[in-house]
Amino acid sequence: MECPKKMVELMHDYLDGEIRKEDEQLLRKHIHECKKCSDHFYRLKKTVSFIENLSHIAPSSDFTKKVMANLPKEKRRIRWQRWFTNHPFITAASLFLLLITSSLWATWHENEQFSFSKQENLIVKNNTVIVPKGKVVEGDIIVRNGNIKIEGEVHGDVTVINGKKYLASAGEVTGEIEEVNEVFDWIWYNIKRVGQNITEILVK
Amino acid sequence: METFIKQRIKAIKKGDQNAFADIVEFYKDKIYQLCYRMLGNRHEAEDVAQEAFIRAYVNIHTYDSTMKFSSWLYRIATNLSIDRIRKKKPDVYLDAEVTGTDGLTMYSQLADEGTSPEDALESLELQKTVQEAILKLPEKYRTVIVLKYIDELSLQEISEILDLPIGTVKTRIHRGREALRKYLGDL
Ligand SMILES: [Zn+2]
Repeated sequence: MECPKKMVELMHDYLDGEIRKEDEQLLRKHIHECKKCSDHFYRLKKTVSFIENLSHIAPSSDFTKKVMANLPKEKRRIRWQRWFTNHPFITAASLFLLLITSSLWATWHENEQFSFSKQENLIVKNNTVIVPKGKVVEGDIIVRNGNIKIEGEVHGDVTVINGKKYLASAGEVTGEIEEVNEVFDWIWYNIKRVGQNITEILVK
Repeated sequence: METFIKQRIKAIKKGDQNAFADIVEFYKDKIYQLCYRMLGNRHEAEDVAQEAFIRAYVNIHTYDSTMKFSSWLYRIATNLSIDRIRKKKPDVYLDAEVTGTDGLTMYSQLADEGTSPEDALESLELQKTVQEAILKLPEKYRTVIVLKYIDELSLQEISEILDLPIGTVKTRIHRGREALRKYLGDL
């Protein structure tokens, strides 16, 4: 008997789980009558079951660890953030100490040029730009290598590059306040150092 | 689960490396399985699977979330496996190991389950034969067969992973299955 060519195709459709009802009936009927196709189908199904029953082979137990160890360095900012969240007390204490040891700032800024956008009502005292209490400064303020202390109002954005902003409770900024600190690395280093000292003190 | 993965990917894109460890944990078995079945060697599979995850991490910004994340990972792992096959000397195929260093463990496991040592051995022999048959397949058939059977992937998913029309995937699976039938049908 000559078998319809599409029988083998139907077998595969069946194994793919994508056979139409009427085709399945056609296939079943033919297999019932034809030894050759019934053999073929049986072998295909056996083959599939061999593949499906291959045992699961597990990767090494330290697979994830090895992958993680070989990743390129992550962004530093994320590492800080995680460290800060994981060590809130040390972070707070360190920041406090760091702020009182503000002489650190002076050493950092020694070789840097202090500059700022000139606007009406701004006062400058020792590398700190001050927005005085009760005064309004119009426009965006940019301070480089210095700090800003806002006691009055700023109608615009404030950007501090390599410096610190101090916003008094009465102070107000309508735009965005941003600190761009290349110095952040360096602060980080100091916080860690101070943090370690605190940890040592606490452990003792 | 999908939400968990999506949320992890978001964190990774922001640069949080720890989030990536969850992704590796979640998919390592399947990716390793894929590489192992493609290459037939534990050490190489481990190597390629790790490389796949590192590539995924480095290129996470190119991941397009309209695609399933697992499909994207499978695509990377498949491509790396094929690269590895092409670089391989043909005679390395011959000593394709099936159980590797875990052979004894597997043996004792089977024995524990009340299987006689003879049966266990036969099963190991069979495992080896089946894996060897897969390795005899030309890579384009091997790829679709492995994808189809390691994770019961649908033709649609395989077509997405390989970026091939579904008709092509279907034809390749059929041909791959026919070839395997010739190697294994008489066992
Ligand atoms: Zn027939």
